[in-house]
Amino acid sequence: MSASVAPFVVLACGNPSRGDDALGPLLLARLDGWLRAEGVAGHFELIEDFQFQVEHALDLQGRAAALFIDAGEGTPAPFTLRPAQPDDALGHGTHAIPPAAVLAVYRRVVGGEPPPTSVLCVRGEHFALGEGLSPAAAAHLEAAWPRLQTFCHDLLRAMVREL
Amino acid sequence: MTYHLETAEHPEKLRRVAIDPVSRVEGHGKVTLLLDEDNKVRQVRLHIVEFRGFEKFIQGRPYWEVPVMVQRLCGICPVSHHLAASKAMDAIVGAKRLTPTAEKIRRLMHYGQIMQSHALHFFHLCSPDLLFGFDSEVGQRNIVGVAAKHPETARRGVLIRKFGQEAIRLTAGKRIHGTGSIPGGVNKSLSVEERDYLLKDIYQIVAWCRDAVHLARELHETDPALYNSFGIFRSHFMSLIGADGQMDLYDGRLRARDDSGAIHFDGVAQADYEKYIQEEVKPWSYMKFPYFRALGNERGWYKVGPLARVQNCDSIPTPLADAERREFLDYAGGMPMHTALGYHWTRMIEMLHAAETIKDLLHDPDILGGDLMTTGERGFEGFGMIEAPRGTLIHHYRVDENDLVSMCNLIVSTTHNNQAMNEAIRHVARRYLHGREITEGLLNHIEVAIRAYDPCLSCATHALGKMPLAVELVDAAGTLVHRLQRDA
Repeated sequence: MSASVAPFVVLACGNPSRGDDALGPLLLARLDGWLRAEGVAGHFELIEDFQFQVEHALDLQGRAAALFIDAGEGTPAPFTLRPAQPDDALGHGTHAIPPAAVLAVYRRVVGGEPPPTSVLCVRGEHFALGEGLSPAAAAHLEAAWPRLQTFCHDLLRAMVREL
Repeated sequence: MTYHLETAEHPEKLRRVAIDPVSRVEGHGKVTLLLDEDNKVRQVRLHIVEFRGFEKFIQGRPYWEVPVMVQRLCGICPVSHHLAASKAMDAIVGAKRLTPTAEKIRRLMHYGQIMQSHALHFFHLCSPDLLFGFDSEVGQRNIVGVAAKHPETARRGVLIRKFGQEAIRLTAGKRIHGTGSIPGGVNKSLSVEERDYLLKDIYQIVAWCRDAVHLARELHETDPALYNSFGIFRSHFMSLIGADGQMDLYDGRLRARDDSGAIHFDGVAQADYEKYIQEEVKPWSYMKFPYFRALGNERGWYKVGPLARVQNCDSIPTPLADAERREFLDYAGGMPMHTALGYHWTRMIEMLHAAETIKDLLHDPDILGGDLMTTGERGFEGFGMIEAPRGTLIHHYRVDENDLVSMCNLIVSTTHNNQAMNEAIRHVARRYLHGREITEGLLNHIEVAIRAYDPCLSCATHALGKMPLAVELVDAAGTLVHRLQRDA
């Protein structure tokens, strides 16, 4: 309900009770604790949801950069961290839409270009209701964590350079 | 009992087309069509290919955890599960009547859920089909395509949905995994600042919702031959009905009408649902098939959701939505409308009703009150029913002396509509696919019929790379002839 927003937004999606779909929320929770410990939590807004949707385009407004975190199925292990571009030709939609489509919605609904955005996709293996994190996914999470820290450090350094 | 086109003779001699999973439908669904050598449709089934295990997930948990954990059953309508479980657990803590503040905060949360879910469905899942046509290029037939061609429609859809989610956030305490509703009441009311934050936009939202009803109506009037017949079949309706026969999406008693609109049963208490509804298991789907006991499985199946609710109630207790309901009934000509696309029009009438209800609640001082909880004599069985966006949602629990859930039965909205969805796609298959070469556009007709019911087939697993759309053609020998796949 505040007019000012943090310069960086991290959006993670997944269902904590659906096995490896919990990768996004788990990384976000760990990131929350680390940012607080580092004393830089005020520069980041962390948003968790079950899936990415059109309204997340509104969460990108006024940001210097954005990061989407999600589990992946059949995606490269242990993780990928890649820039995302608006893409409005992504075939069929579902109840969820991919980050690139969120960026395309931003263009159409908010207007202008969305902030520089990256996607951290951590590979999962099992997604059944009531399951915990699989050993493989837990290893992928550990592999992704230092890269996520570095990514956030880089954002902060870039912000300081621009001051 | 099997229905026409449900089970073919000699299926081994038929060609199989699978739509797997159904795109823009929540969860894991699959449609299979069996075709003979002349492309005549011989069997059509909507399967649910994932065992959900909801009851096992919940049994053995402390009752006070249940309203929070059931939200993880579904990422699309978690608030409906949150509230249905809370209502059931009210009986466990002996809360026979909530405080006015608690009930109104829950209603505010629920109508926010109705609004955001209906907005997502109409503007983002169905408007691509409705505005571009069922045969349009597949790349255009998504919300991004709508945004490109109809930017104002897409923008309003985003903002209406966002408003509904803000109402949820402020009443549930969090954007997701909310804890606002608890057995016996709620754990927070609204502050004046929060109330005013919602109040400043609600009049615009009401106006946009009214425009959306008119858009849905115009679509019907523009092509009545299509809209009045697509996916049509006659069936019973069922929904909760509030006091004086009015629409009430939060609470009430069960009412059912037959296909001509005559009352089949009325005033049924939620605790008596098992006396009226039975579920049938079929070997080819994990989702059960409910029906009215008195009529049997052959004649007793029914529809739930917006098309049922708008035609089942005697009136809607908000003036703009009720005026639109009467216009809808006039258009239908005095008999119930059964076409699948009627769901979209009625869904928008309900979205308008939700907006008006939220407006009224925001002007009610009770939502700022501090009397949040009620308790009473401890109970051991609870029933919680609510009209979720997709239809009647039933939660039924027994809790033992150690406060642990010993029995759980859930009948979710989409399960009520299981037979209806199967009937709808069989009708569409007969009408559009029978004897023709199968194309992507024709297969989309099947999906349009399913999407009209807004099914929520599973729960929230949306990993990147998951939810592909695959269409498989398999010949009579079981050999894969052709496969198309687009990743979500």
